[in-house]
Amino acid sequence: MTDTTDTGPVLAADGTPLKRSLARALRMQKMRALALIAPLLLFVLITFVVPIGQMLWRSVENDIVADTLPLTVVALASWDGNSGELPSEEVYDAFARDMIVAVNAKQHTRLGTRLNYEKTGISSLFRKSGRKIKKWDPVEDAPFKEKLIEVHDGWGDIETWRTIQAHSSRVTGGYFLNAIDMQKTPDGPAAQPEDKRILIKLFTRTLIMSMIITCSCIVLGYPVAWILANLPMRSANMLMILVLLPFWTSLLVRTSAWKVMLQQQGVINDVLVWLGLVSDSARLIMINNQFGTIVAMTHILLPFMILPMYSVMQTIPPTYLRAAKSLGATNWTAFWRVYFPQSVPGIGAGSILVFILSIGYYITPEIVGGTKGVFISNRIAYHISSSLNWGLAAALGTILLAVVLLLYWCYDRIVGIDNVKLG
Amino acid sequence: MNFKSLSALAVTTALCAPSVFAADMADELTIVSWGGAYSKSQLRAYHEPYSEKTGTNIINDDSSAEAVAKLRAMNEAGNITWDVVDVVAADAIRLCDEGLAMEIDPATMLAAAPDGTSAADDFGDLLVSECFIPQIVYSTTFGYRTDLVGDTAPTDICAVFDLEAYPGKRALEKRPINNMEWALLCDGVAKADVYDVLATPEGQDKALAKLDTIKDSVVWWSAGADTPQLLADGEVIMGSTYNGRLFSVIEEQKQPVAMLWDAQVFDLDGWIIPAGLSPERQARALDYIMFATDTQRLADQAKYISYGPARASSAPLVGKHADMGIEMAPHMPTDPENAKNTFLYNYEFWADYRDDIDAKFQAWLAK
Repeated sequence: MTDTTDTGPVLAADGTPLKRSLARALRMQKMRALALIAPLLLFVLITFVVPIGQMLWRSVENDIVADTLPLTVVALASWDGNSGELPSEEVYDAFARDMIVAVNAKQHTRLGTRLNYEKTGISSLFRKSGRKIKKWDPVEDAPFKEKLIEVHDGWGDIETWRTIQAHSSRVTGGYFLNAIDMQKTPDGPAAQPEDKRILIKLFTRTLIMSMIITCSCIVLGYPVAWILANLPMRSANMLMILVLLPFWTSLLVRTSAWKVMLQQQGVINDVLVWLGLVSDSARLIMINNQFGTIVAMTHILLPFMILPMYSVMQTIPPTYLRAAKSLGATNWTAFWRVYFPQSVPGIGAGSILVFILSIGYYITPEIVGGTKGVFISNRIAYHISSSLNWGLAAALGTILLAVVLLLYWCYDRIVGIDNVKLG
Repeated sequence: MNFKSLSALAVTTALCAPSVFAADMADELTIVSWGGAYSKSQLRAYHEPYSEKTGTNIINDDSSAEAVAKLRAMNEAGNITWDVVDVVAADAIRLCDEGLAMEIDPATMLAAAPDGTSAADDFGDLLVSECFIPQIVYSTTFGYRTDLVGDTAPTDICAVFDLEAYPGKRALEKRPINNMEWALLCDGVAKADVYDVLATPEGQDKALAKLDTIKDSVVWWSAGADTPQLLADGEVIMGSTYNGRLFSVIEEQKQPVAMLWDAQVFDLDGWIIPAGLSPERQARALDYIMFATDTQRLADQAKYISYGPARASSAPLVGKHADMGIEMAPHMPTDPENAKNTFLYNYEFWADYRDDIDAKFQAWLAK
């Protein structure tokens, strides 16, 4: 053995060093493998990674102010917002020139919408002023300071200029501040007024409720998976269909069905009243609150818990339990000391699936959640499709992604990610 | 194609997969609307006669609820697959603000009334944005269960806030718009001052305090179909929704429900044409718009759904329901009997205050 290391590199049959020849062969293999997965890789890159990356970038991107008002931003840089005085004619002149260009390109209203997120009223300030500024000439109509204030007294308000100045940078942390119930003000970061704080509350609620949903899925799913794994093939397949049935039903149908079941004039309440367990005047409130969301989402996500558990349990030989019992263990000890530890990887896989799915759930909480059972994802949807504040939506999404990754990391540290099996 | 537009294209593809391949086909129009009974009324009043007349194939896409976000994504990707889009006026104003909708010149692009009145005069004040061609006037108003409200039927909007006279649940929309106005009105603010008061933080607190008095008895809805279902099941005794939805609960499903027209809020729905279409597609879209918004066509739509036509000249032509044969005029929100006390959605106010008040409203809801 020691001789070979002393006499130089091992050579292959054709005389090249074995190491290099092996590396070449492996490289060929790798290239072939890469070529095989290339279509999927490209697909994932183009339709998944790039758009998500771009969405994340939006959470800090703020080009619109500097692009629409380039001269103004430069002129404003030397203005002291705390001086208590309006900017000089120079700023107004730069602003008028920028606006004349922006109005003709129809960019000024977009900027108004952007700045309206920061200061209420700027949207109509830009829209109304735009109509009049359109007719101006940058040279003949100067000076502009008094003219602008005449067009709209918003231009005579120091706060307007301070807002433009505070939000003129191309990269901003403002959206992230908004996402954690703070705001970027001309005087630096500050907390939102108390009556507008909601997002932190929604984040915590989303996390807590997702955990409750995951736990109830474990509690309900474990016995079912156990029965499935221990029944003869034929009856197990029948039961499997029952587990999969919800998968084949539209999500909206299932959620709406829960509405019919849980509402105050619904099936469950009717039965309880008929049985005399609940009086007609005190029907239970089971929907449009957290309870409704938890019940409906547990039902919807249950298959994602049962399936991994089932496939893991199938691999546990029943002889282990019998062996434990024959060695004197009680039923409980045999289960708890022998069977359960082997089924943990299934619970882990199911929990990760259910938790991550529920953290981003949106339709079900919207329909059955009322006001107390909605998630942060409902707020993200609102900012994407209604308020069009995509920057804030992106910041909220980024935070949600970070939280999920953090939890995943914790899970890896505590349970170990290699301790997760789908079968 | 640069990196950014490529990725935006991917987003758009994901958002609008069904309609992507419909773009740029000869003699095809992709028309986006709300779906349900409303799209059906458009199909029968506009699409079918237009297809018959021109041979154009019309593709429907029920994406109006997401139209603004999707148009924005399409615009960034530089691939607009829609030709004509049905949106509410507030969305049309935002699309116009963002430069996503093309400006319409009523004089050349819209048909004049049969008596020669210009389109601009015929639509009058309802042309609330340069990009918007109004189609219908609808209203958000209350319906109540006639069998569950006791002996005296409500006639006044403030019945909604009166838990003593009308105990039971109410359905309100899960957003501040309209609810804040009604709350202030019933808190003693004069109708003319409502928006001045609502512009101040104190006024907003006042409105929320008024809503607080009934908060425990409110079921909050977010889809227009919720209130009709809640009323039909007896989950609520009264609730706000669009008047056309209540019409179908009352007349088509024959539920014991009646309308409370008091303080109904008028709003407009209509067409926009996306900016940046190719000249041929734009010409096709304009040709459709010219046809579909003329006096007769707007009056025809009222045969299928109880929304008022946006042209003054269409009103006298409103007849009977095409299938049920009932007179439609008394079911129009604009009928003088129904329109004794009305609001018009304040577009300018809500464009400015929506973000601010919505944050407060949602924080209040979550309390």
